[in-house]
Amino acid sequence: MAFLDIQGLSRRYAGRDGKLFAVFEDVSFHIDKGEFVCIVGHSGCGKTTILNVLAGLDQASAGVVVMDNREVAGPSLDRGVVFQGHALMPWLSVMKNIAFSVKSRWPEWNRTEVSLHCQKYIDLVGLTGAEQKKPSELSGGMKQRVGIARAFAIQPKMLLLDEPFGALDALTRGVIQDELLKICAAMHQTVFMITHDVDEAILLADKILLMSNGPGAAIAEIVVNTMPRSRTRNDIHHDPQYYRIRNHLVDFLVNRSKRFQSGTGGERPKQPPVVRPGLEIDASPLQSRVQSASDKVTPLVVNRKH
Amino acid sequence: MSLRSGPPLPRRKPPAPEPSSPLVRRRPETFKSEALRAGILSLLFLLVLIGIWHVATLQKEQPAGANDEYAKLMGKGAVKTTGFPTPAQMGETALKQLSDPFYDKGPNDKGIGVQLGFSLARVGLGFALAALVAIPLGFVIGMSPLIYRALDPFIQVLKPISPLAWMPLALYTIKDSSISGIFVIFICSVWPMLLNTAFGVAGVRREWLNVAKTLEVNAVRKAFLVILPAAAPTIMTGMRISMGIAWLVIVAAEMLVGGTGIGYFVWNEWNNLSLTNVIFAILMIGVVGMLLDLVFGRLQKFVTYVE
Repeated sequence: MAFLDIQGLSRRYAGRDGKLFAVFEDVSFHIDKGEFVCIVGHSGCGKTTILNVLAGLDQASAGVVVMDNREVAGPSLDRGVVFQGHALMPWLSVMKNIAFSVKSRWPEWNRTEVSLHCQKYIDLVGLTGAEQKKPSELSGGMKQRVGIARAFAIQPKMLLLDEPFGALDALTRGVIQDELLKICAAMHQTVFMITHDVDEAILLADKILLMSNGPGAAIAEIVVNTMPRSRTRNDIHHDPQYYRIRNHLVDFLVNRSKRFQSGTGGERPKQPPVVRPGLEIDASPLQSRVQSASDKVTPLVVNRKH
Repeated sequence: MSLRSGPPLPRRKPPAPEPSSPLVRRRPETFKSEALRAGILSLLFLLVLIGIWHVATLQKEQPAGANDEYAKLMGKGAVKTTGFPTPAQMGETALKQLSDPFYDKGPNDKGIGVQLGFSLARVGLGFALAALVAIPLGFVIGMSPLIYRALDPFIQVLKPISPLAWMPLALYTIKDSSISGIFVIFICSVWPMLLNTAFGVAGVRREWLNVAKTLEVNAVRKAFLVILPAAAPTIMTGMRISMGIAWLVIVAAEMLVGGTGIGYFVWNEWNNLSLTNVIFAILMIGVVGMLLDLVFGRLQKFVTYVE
């Protein structure tokens, strides 16, 4: 069994007319330990709702989430969340914001233990020297670093990031992306992240979940990032795979995401197809790229550069 | 803000944390000179006011005549005053009162400090009791829309009642005038605190609560470490309003109840026809009220955060 297993997850809300309407329907996927998974899709397709269900902040209408052989029901310190709007407490300093989560995780620790632990994560995200600053004195990028440090500091089994870099300028975003990648690699962190940014997904993710448009959204495809994990922002675009994957993702978002909408498809596969567009040499028709999840052992896997 | 010396930067920058930023450096200077000018202007207004007062209460020379004898019979001299104290008389009274504010020569002759002390003690006690009730109840109301809706009609009816209207009921049930005064303070300061606490608690940002949830923070810790600091500025505003109202009400309450306190002092001096003491007491009420507001203003600043 995979580290995180999501089976037949649905979330329905009662509409104004009393009829139920599904944000997403029958979503199934899994995440392995140490894997970095991004979910990409248009606004309103229920990405944040999925993340909230994983975080335990929202309840699914149907389906189960199993993490580490235990069902996810309600929030837990095993899952650290980095919120979209950083969600720092403005009355607490950087150090105290992180200490709040550390004390929640290890209530038995004394003050020195807590502050040493916090300092370690403050240093990790490059905020040394800003410990006593209030969030209002920090730039957007620094605030989000604090948010990341706060989530990492509780050493969660899994990290959930809800569009953490959405509000940042491109330069800051790039720097923090690199740092996040470094930290995740060093800690073998399992990550589930929402993003709108295709390039961000390609840089960070091992696996990109493509979500169709809502209502009744579903995972349409799972794109495996076949580029080596040592990729960096500076050299990623030299790899010919990058453009193939990018074109595939953009093509999905622009053209194909609508087609998966509920009602039009009807016969949706239980498990979304797993594709590896990076390894396709020519831009052949879609059909040849799509492999069903069942035949995981394909010659393409052998070609992965690791 | 303190004056920091440092090389002034050529361009204005947004208020950055750097202490050498020109805005941070310059602001106290302009502020200081403006404060100075405002102070001088205030002093000028005061002098004009006292001048007008002085002229208005000038002693009028009366021509000697038929009234002389009558006046003498009435125990007055030939000089007639308007009856309203002059600034000089006021100054004399103020000096006398302030030089010995804490004397106690029986029930009808206590120093201004003692009387103010009684009033402050009543306000403090009533206010503290109100805070003890209003803040926890406000928490509950703010957290639960159901309880808010259920209690709203009661609050809406009780809130506009003048606190003094409760006085007869309080006197009848409590049978103690001093405690009745405290009750009146309690009832008038409870509403702003209750409503502001409920409002502040209900308005705590969802994401902060979500942070607490994902960290499995228990209810008590969440209440004290997340909701309370988040709602503190709003709660403190309510407390400041309450304190203002309580200080307004205590004077009226003590006029009714009698015995001790600044309100009783004012009424007693009116009965003594000592207008200088009445005016002096009015000024003292104003000064103490201002100091109370200043304290709560400081507290408010202390709990306010910048988002």
